[in-house]
Amino acid sequence: MADATLASVSFDAEGYMTDPNQWSKEISETLARQEGLAALTAEHWKIIDFCRQTGLASGKAPTLRQITTGTGISTKDLFALFPKGPAKKVAKIAGLGKPEGCV
Amino acid sequence: MKTLLILGAGTGGTMVANKMSKCLDSREWRIIIVDKDETHYYQPGFLFIPFGIYSPSDVVKPKRKFLPGGVEIIFSDIELVEPERNRVRLGGGKEINYDYLVVATGSHTHPEQTPGLTDAWHQNVFDFYTLEGATNLGSYLETWKGGRMVLSITEMPIKCPVAPLEFLFLADWYFHKRGMRDKVEIVLATPLPGAFTKPQASAMLGGMLERKGISVEPEFAIMEVDNGKQVIRSYDEREVPYDLLVSIPLNMGADVIRNSGMGDELGFIPTHKNTLQTVKWPNVFIIGDAGNVPSSKAGSVAHFMLDILVENLSDHMKGREMKASFDGHANCFIETGFDKGLLIDFNFDVEPLPGQFPFPVIGPFSLLKESTLDHIGKMGFRWIYWNVLLKGLPIPFVESHMSMSGKKMLSKAPARA
Ligand SMILES: Cc1cc2nc3c(=O)[nH]c(=O)nc-3n(C[C@H](O)[C@H](O)[C@H](O)COP(=O)(O)OP(=O)(O)OC[C@H]3O[C@@H](n4cnc5c(N)ncnc54)[C@H](O)[C@@H]3O)c2cc1C
Repeated sequence: MADATLASVSFDAEGYMTDPNQWSKEISETLARQEGLAALTAEHWKIIDFCRQTGLASGKAPTLRQITTGTGISTKDLFALFPKGPAKKVAKIAGLGKPEGCV
Repeated sequence: MKTLLILGAGTGGTMVANKMSKCLDSREWRIIIVDKDETHYYQPGFLFIPFGIYSPSDVVKPKRKFLPGGVEIIFSDIELVEPERNRVRLGGGKEINYDYLVVATGSHTHPEQTPGLTDAWHQNVFDFYTLEGATNLGSYLETWKGGRMVLSITEMPIKCPVAPLEFLFLADWYFHKRGMRDKVEIVLATPLPGAFTKPQASAMLGGMLERKGISVEPEFAIMEVDNGKQVIRSYDEREVPYDLLVSIPLNMGADVIRNSGMGDELGFIPTHKNTLQTVKWPNVFIIGDAGNVPSSKAGSVAHFMLDILVENLSDHMKGREMKASFDGHANCFIETGFDKGLLIDFNFDVEPLPGQFPFPVIGPFSLLKESTLDHIGKMGFRWIYWNVLLKGLPIPFVESHMSMSGKKMLSKAPARA
């Protein structure tokens, strides 16, 4: 994590930000690059914004189904935008904690 | 007269009816319970039916037998709940007004939600979360010659999250017993990163799967069943071929909850996890699988919710502050095959830990470790269920709140999942 934008940001052992208030758009862009995404498009931002809104309100990162229901974006498209585990990937990029593995 | 209305007479609703009929003054309160089905299903028993251990008659009894006198029982479809109007509409246009409502309509499987899953339904694609599915799968297995059996979990949460693992362990035992284990490949395709939701138990149960030669396809978010090609396909384009597919379909709250606009995206009612009161309606409470409480959806959990619910409901009815707090306690015997079992005991904050239960050192049950006694505990659960649990009686030595007694603390706490 040599990137300057991340210098003062704290992360947990799995790379999730521990304080969502430290978040900024630049941080999202940097984290997205680390996650292997070339660039964040308007579609990506629609999802990130949704996750930040619901995540900050409820205190936890939304599940895959909450994202698809809330944004109207299909699961298939979500996987195309954030390949391999979109719920976790968006949570990471949006500066939220790891989505709770359901019990 | 005031009315306490209970929706659903399954595990949770039946317990609430039994307990509240003792707490409420019958000159002041009328208790009504509604269910569409006159038969009570012992759902934990469904697990044993595919392997011929239980037959369908072992898991059904009439609902009426478990409901107390003094409670009005209505067998009818619940069509609509109108919590803003304190009113419920039943089939045939009958309406019931209530002062307090307890929703216990459970969680139900929806195979139609996964494209292709119902194409060969009960031909070589089965579920075992319904009596019909478990029975049909049992008949199919009797003559099955072997091949690749895939167990697919569609999406979490599901009721009894350990049941799929128990199914795999029992399948391994069953094919051994039939002398055909070498002809069967067993695969688990799961949306979880491993065998279970909690780290310690996941590692332990994952190790057991490995030792039994059961392979795991983790983080598999199933998109569709391709019945022509006999594969299940994930959203990230992985394919897992099968000869026999056993599915845990998507679990959702009851249709009536979704139709009434009371549920979240899966039809589970947003609920305060500690008080069991719904978030939107102060006179509406939940028990069991119907809420979105982040505990396991299990009969044992409904049992631990009961005391909390009854206390809070009674306090709220009297205008007092609600003080009882549910801690997410779950206690599950896991059948592991070859007459062994293991027990896990956990809550919202403490994951399953090794040790002895309910007493330190003497147990007699072992936590997170296979033993014959835990298997006996599992098989004894059916008796406990019919004779203790449904009546709303306490299970001896087992408290509603989880106890740390007998549990071995980990020297280093793993990162919270
Ligand atoms: C295969 C399997 C294995 C399991 N193993 C275990 C185990 O080992 N240990 C354990 O503790 N738990 C286990 N469980 C889970 C346990 O059975 C459930 O968690 C428990 O029954 C939930 O109780 P409930 O009251 O919330 O719902 P339920 O008992 O499912 O009751 C819901 C009731 O609501 C009624 N209903 C729903 N909609 C309507 C409507 N519109 N109109 C009228 N009536 C309606 C239904 O007819 C039903 O009677 C298992 C479940 C399965 C499927």
